[in-house]
Amino acid sequence: MTFILLPFVEMFYASLRPLDHLFRSPYQFYSDDLSFWAYREMWNTVPMLPRYIFNSFFLASVTSLITLLFVIPAAYSYARFKFPFKNSSLYILLAINMFSGAVLLIPLYKVLRTFGLLNTYQAMIVPGVAFLIPTSIWLLKSYFEKIPIDLEEAAFVDGASRIQILRHIIAPLSTPGLVVVGIYAFIGSYAQQFLFAITFNQKKEYMPIPSGLYEFIGYTTVKWNEMMAASLVGIAPVLIIFLFLQKYIVAGLTSGAVKN
Amino acid sequence: MNQKLKSYNSQTYMAYALIAPAAIYIILIVAWPLLETIRLSFTNSSLAGEDYVGLENYQKMFSSKKFNGIVTRTFVWMFFSVSLKLIIGLIGAVLLNANLKGRSIFRVLVMPPWVVPIAIGMLGWLWLYNGYFGIIAGVGMRTGILDGPFGFLAYKQSAFISTIIADVWVGTPMVTVFFLAAMQGVPRDLYEAAYCDGASKWDRFFKITLPQITPVIITMSLLSAIWTFNSFEIIWILTEGGPRGSTTTLIIDTYKQALGNYKFGRGAARAVVVMILLMLFAGFYLALLARINKKISHE
Repeated sequence: MTFILLPFVEMFYASLRPLDHLFRSPYQFYSDDLSFWAYREMWNTVPMLPRYIFNSFFLASVTSLITLLFVIPAAYSYARFKFPFKNSSLYILLAINMFSGAVLLIPLYKVLRTFGLLNTYQAMIVPGVAFLIPTSIWLLKSYFEKIPIDLEEAAFVDGASRIQILRHIIAPLSTPGLVVVGIYAFIGSYAQQFLFAITFNQKKEYMPIPSGLYEFIGYTTVKWNEMMAASLVGIAPVLIIFLFLQKYIVAGLTSGAVKN
Repeated sequence: MNQKLKSYNSQTYMAYALIAPAAIYIILIVAWPLLETIRLSFTNSSLAGEDYVGLENYQKMFSSKKFNGIVTRTFVWMFFSVSLKLIIGLIGAVLLNANLKGRSIFRVLVMPPWVVPIAIGMLGWLWLYNGYFGIIAGVGMRTGILDGPFGFLAYKQSAFISTIIADVWVGTPMVTVFFLAAMQGVPRDLYEAAYCDGASKWDRFFKITLPQITPVIITMSLLSAIWTFNSFEIIWILTEGGPRGSTTTLIIDTYKQALGNYKFGRGAARAVVVMILLMLFAGFYLALLARINKKISHE
């Protein structure tokens, strides 16, 4: 427990302390003038910080929305239809999950370069979506499976069209599932930004928080208190979303793996 | 009417049409790059262009002592990291499963390292490991274990251990949560029966819990091995593979060759080795899943 929380506590503590207290060796365990000064000052030290935060949110939102667009029909199909190669293709999806982006970077880099897409938002979104599709299909499939097929069949027999069934039966019943998968995709793309961002993007305007802050570590004197403050600001949104919804997310993720 | 229903549920073309967008996307962004990487590994591709060079990349790679060192190092790194994650995860899950006060809060509190973007978590660890001002060096100096400032990431051995510890920090929560879910799935009456028979706590753990969750333990160790093998950000942010290559794993080496030096061909050859190893892992994992599924359906 200490092991897990210590880094966060220390990050927060450091963010409250003035810089000259941090730069004392050996380590001082307490400071008497704790303040949120660093949280004000960091906007000056890292002038692009608002932009980084915006980029992170923008990239994660767009990535998760595109993921949902691809995943919804596919997951529905897996949940409802029987067809050749159904199981084998599901296992292939699982296998894709095991490949890290790092293996695919070389050809992707070359293609993006040829099309002049390096240093753009697209360069970070396109590979991001690919790595979220597999798990999202698995997750959403299990939600669709919970909708009783009798409902659909009854409506079909009564003469409803497929589109009507989708709109009036499936959409309302699967909303909670869609929300959970959407949030999974959001957190996932928020977390995976770093690798694609440092590889495909050198432009400050498009950097998400992690790579934006990482750049600052390279400088000779790192203002650690502001750095930690900025990091915590970067962490906060996902942590808050997660704390509110952790029950659903964890249940969804573990049920798949434990039952299988 | 039955005929009609049948047609509703068995429209193969419909099924494929719905999957097609996702499938095409995956083929373009995942499958094609995989094949292209294999092709590139036989060339000397760089920013300047490419020529076919046959097996040269592979010959050079396998005959270099450095590369063999990297492979060994990767597996040692993985071994320690995965074992620690499993052991700590198992202990954590037992504690969280026990009837303690406030366990629901603790169950939430174990998760942050898993959810938080790894890259940002590592910025925190950089500060913890700071040799002059970090808290770990600080405690070490205060207690007299260290006799002066010590940069944990500046020396070969300590950097190796430090990156493992950070990796364990990131990976343990997920392992714990999965173990906990598995433990909660163990039927209660097994414990009640054992309790009536007078089995001790240890007996109950080793004779009921452990055998019952073995399938999950095995799956998690494989999955965790795969993720640890793929781990990039942790090492990259903490050490970039240094000092003097002491934390360079296969993934880091691949990245450095390909996108640090823009030697796409050499990088691709390494990526192919990574792919083959991953495919072995994935094959193991999928075979195992299929076996467990079969067992469940037989029961």
